[in-house]
Amino acid sequence: MQLGIFTVGDVTPDPTTGRTPTEHERIKNTVAIAGKAEEIGLDVFATGEHHNPPFIASAPTTTLAYIGAQTERIILSTATTLITTTDPVLIAENYAKLQHLTDGRVDLMMGRGNTGPVYPWFGKDIREGINLAVENYALLHRLWREDVVNWEGRFRTPLQGFTSTPRPLDGVAPFVWHGSIRSPEIAEQAAYYGDGFFHNHIFWPASHTQQMVALYRQRFEHYGHGPADTAIVGLGGQFFMRRNSQDAWNEFRPYFDNAPVYGHGPSLEDFTAQTPLTVGSPQQVLERTLSFRDYVGDYQRQLFLVDHAGLPLKTVLEQLDLLGEVLPDLRAGFAEGRPAHVPDAPTHDSLVAVAGQAEVLA
Amino acid sequence: MTSIVVVSAGLSTPSSTRLLADRLVAATVDALEEATVTHVELRALAHELTDHLLTGFPAPALAAALEAVRRADGLIAVTPVFSASYSGLFKTFFDVLESGQLDGKPVLVAATAGTARHSLVLDHALRPLFSYLHAVVVPTGVFAATDDFAGTDLDARMRRAAGELATLAGKLSAADAATTRRSVEDELAEPTPFEELLRRASRG
Repeated sequence: MQLGIFTVGDVTPDPTTGRTPTEHERIKNTVAIAGKAEEIGLDVFATGEHHNPPFIASAPTTTLAYIGAQTERIILSTATTLITTTDPVLIAENYAKLQHLTDGRVDLMMGRGNTGPVYPWFGKDIREGINLAVENYALLHRLWREDVVNWEGRFRTPLQGFTSTPRPLDGVAPFVWHGSIRSPEIAEQAAYYGDGFFHNHIFWPASHTQQMVALYRQRFEHYGHGPADTAIVGLGGQFFMRRNSQDAWNEFRPYFDNAPVYGHGPSLEDFTAQTPLTVGSPQQVLERTLSFRDYVGDYQRQLFLVDHAGLPLKTVLEQLDLLGEVLPDLRAGFAEGRPAHVPDAPTHDSLVAVAGQAEVLA
Repeated sequence: MTSIVVVSAGLSTPSSTRLLADRLVAATVDALEEATVTHVELRALAHELTDHLLTGFPAPALAAALEAVRRADGLIAVTPVFSASYSGLFKTFFDVLESGQLDGKPVLVAATAGTARHSLVLDHALRPLFSYLHAVVVPTGVFAATDDFAGTDLDARMRRAAGELATLAGKLSAADAATTRRSVEDELAEPTPFEELLRRASRG
């Protein structure tokens, strides 16, 4: 089981002080948070990608390479990489380069992006979102697996005799997750390729996440990648914890009430009941997180959103310290009752091993 | 059995909008002879509607109301007139309804107002809204100004509109409409195979 954090890279005022961090502070804070994630023993750090204010999450491979140089163990990932508006040739190059620089500590999560104007800025149309995700990924998949690619599609200029460089490290493409909240077509896409499926989970009720994951698992089996319970599933989550549960509620409430995504809407009580957001003691966060398996089955990756809603860096780092304290119990809990045939999420090493076996068999 | 959902957006209790809605339901049930009726009173969903605008997902009571509309064979939509149009609350409900959910669905539109001067709201506001949503709006709309509740014409008009709704809802279920767009629920129940998604992507 991989445990980690993901960030969307928003620059949000702290509602309790009115102070907005500068872009520079937010960028450096992101690096500090990633370093802390490795320090407390997390497995994954993932960054979002945005090309509009109030975000500082453009140029994700620059961020990840910098973090990669300062860390030794943590897997660097994305949440998400915009497969719709980014040229798949650039994705192929940038992430293969990142693989080499970090000795394979890289995977990616594909997403579409939901901000309409970003699409035309990159010469695309949001109404083609699914088609862009489908066609662009079909090309990306080939660019990492075929040394010379001839390609003609609807969304970029044709390629004749094109080789994406550098070639993926050890000839093995980075593992790919496909993220979608509400589009069954993306679960279908993940299943078709035998890639991972990640459900954001934090913005919708559990019943919906359950349906999306069930569809992915069923179609993963349909496409011959193995039994449904061996499909590769990831979930988002979010929490705010203090040793004393009531302290957590009191401290987090102004951040929740003013948060860009759900602020001024549902009450904190309603939102914690309707979505996986957990506010309380470390023990409550532990128990709630372990209950996600009840509706998606044993899964492979759990990422938490921790640095959001204008929380200051100090608070975010304290949250990670508390997460570090419950990490052994989280790992033990996820291992408990997990059938032996349920695989871990693929890593570079495991993919290299599988490729080696395939070569021996061939 | 034919399922009818009535959405009414009155704000006071009792409300003339609810009163009109109830009478339209009664007339429709009479015309259909048997029907199941679900009443969606938007006042009780006002908080959840606002939350949905902000969070993008429906809380449980609103989710149940949206699902009832999705499954309905026919819809009765009744709004008070506010500032020369349907009320904001009424519009919000149809704003959060996912696209395609009213495709081919028979809808009876009705409105209440203090004065008959607002009567064209049915044709200038409600019909364009439901045309955009690809619903089939029955030819007779029912507008009731305060005075109409004391007159004799309203009853005949309601029966005529209800008869039209019953004819359409009894014969044509939205699921049979050839042009129905596929919803998220459809995809979850029966996903479009990936090869077809690939073909669509490259076909444009």
